[in-house]
Amino acid sequence: MLLRKAPDVRYSEITPRELYLRRREFLQGAAGVAVGAAAALSPLGVARAGAQAQGRAKLPNVKKSPLSTAGEKINSYEDITGYNNFYEFGTDKDDPARNAQKFVTRPWTINVEGLVKTPGPIDIDSFIKPHALEERVYRMRCVEAWSMVIPWVGIPLGDVIKRLAPLPTAKYVEFFTLNDSKQMPGLRVPVLDWPYREGLRMDEAMHPLSILAVGLYGEVLPNQNGAPIRLVVPWKYGFKGIKSIVRIRFTDKQPRTSWDLSNPREYGFYANVNPSVDHPRWSQGSERRLGEFFRRKTLMFNGYGDQVASLYTGLDLRRNY
Amino acid sequence: MTRFTVIRWTIFAAALVPAAALVYWLFTGNLTANPIDFITDWTGTTALVFLVLSLTVTPLRRLTGWNEVIKLRRMLGLFAFFYACLHVSTWMVLDWFFDIASMASDVVKRPFITLGMTTFLLLVPLALTSTAGMIRRLGRRWTQLHRLVYLAAITATIHFWWVVKADVREPRWYALAVVILLTFRVWWVWKPRLHSVH
Repeated sequence: MLLRKAPDVRYSEITPRELYLRRREFLQGAAGVAVGAAAALSPLGVARAGAQAQGRAKLPNVKKSPLSTAGEKINSYEDITGYNNFYEFGTDKDDPARNAQKFVTRPWTINVEGLVKTPGPIDIDSFIKPHALEERVYRMRCVEAWSMVIPWVGIPLGDVIKRLAPLPTAKYVEFFTLNDSKQMPGLRVPVLDWPYREGLRMDEAMHPLSILAVGLYGEVLPNQNGAPIRLVVPWKYGFKGIKSIVRIRFTDKQPRTSWDLSNPREYGFYANVNPSVDHPRWSQGSERRLGEFFRRKTLMFNGYGDQVASLYTGLDLRRNY
Repeated sequence: MTRFTVIRWTIFAAALVPAAALVYWLFTGNLTANPIDFITDWTGTTALVFLVLSLTVTPLRRLTGWNEVIKLRRMLGLFAFFYACLHVSTWMVLDWFFDIASMASDVVKRPFITLGMTTFLLLVPLALTSTAGMIRRLGRRWTQLHRLVYLAAITATIHFWWVVKADVREPRWYALAVVILLTFRVWWVWKPRLHSVH
């Protein structure tokens, strides 16, 4: 049951999160100036400094991408940021928007592990900086038979992987979400085997449509949508889009994924959107686009078949669901 | 007005609050980004709440000796049926818009919907025979027929349990309540038999 309760304090009255997060900088004087200057050198840092007062920071130099999905009505910012499956912040759809408000996304480190040339930790801003930010409008199809159209801002995962230089023996890439129960109340409940983990075959990860998203609607990604960095693979069900990534591991074995571990009969490794393979609980033949009344037919590979179907030539998609 | 009349009308008014809340949220735009799912969850959960409440009446009466409370049982049961009707019609009209083929395949292929539909079909004869005239006409068979509510409570709870993806904390509370309330019934049936053995 969803119990709805108005927030006690209006958002406009709350100290902007950015100011709150930077409170130590004010105290640290000179050190704070140095940290601030370093932050200002990265594109995200500039945006964050510039839009502190609003709390919603515009991202600079976002290119529109020809790989965006055209001809779809984009869902509202409110829908995209108010209706989330992010179990680390609670299992109700409106829990993440409420519980992720104070989530700290800077400093943030991504640990690169496994079969890769130079494993080790990378600061989020240096991780993103070598890449141009692109706007990618994608359909997002949840396994629960609803869908949205979302204007992500991100960087191509393939370019990131090339830069990280995995060894030729790497066949899969595995992702892990932050596992910090102090900040993420949902982790105190054993709903899934934490931390949340996901994986892709290397060719799926290298596909031009796969991105790591850092923004939404031209602005810094809201916490409830997986800040500071999350995966978006538009031809797969939404749960493949792992959020708040802290570890990336290259491996030669097919990784286990959270939902597959939780219920292997219902969730597999691939999780490609497929109207002809039913889920025991939801008919996958149709979906409701949020904002529309009538269901619409679900498209194979979420409508991205022309681009991605060749990845799965010869693979039995009924068995490899 | 007697004190009991006041209690009865208070409960009647309170029982309409979940329906009124839906109408209020509809006009204030508070039904989430996915209103149809929200309405489905809300009406289903409310139906289960009233089903559980209707099962608490008899234990309450026997444990406290407050006999008048039995007069609330029919009203609570009918409210369970009322919300179950809203729940099923939300599914038929808003979710599937009378797409009979898809609904039929859902009932057959998805165990949680099979159980949901079973629950609803179990409640229909109970609602239809809830009038004073039917109680009189059916006599002893009325009591037997209305034991179906025990089965409905079990199927409704499993229905809720199975619709949840991973977080079973909420259905677990309903399951606990149903187990306790049905244990009373089993105990009352077996206790006299145990005594007669000794």
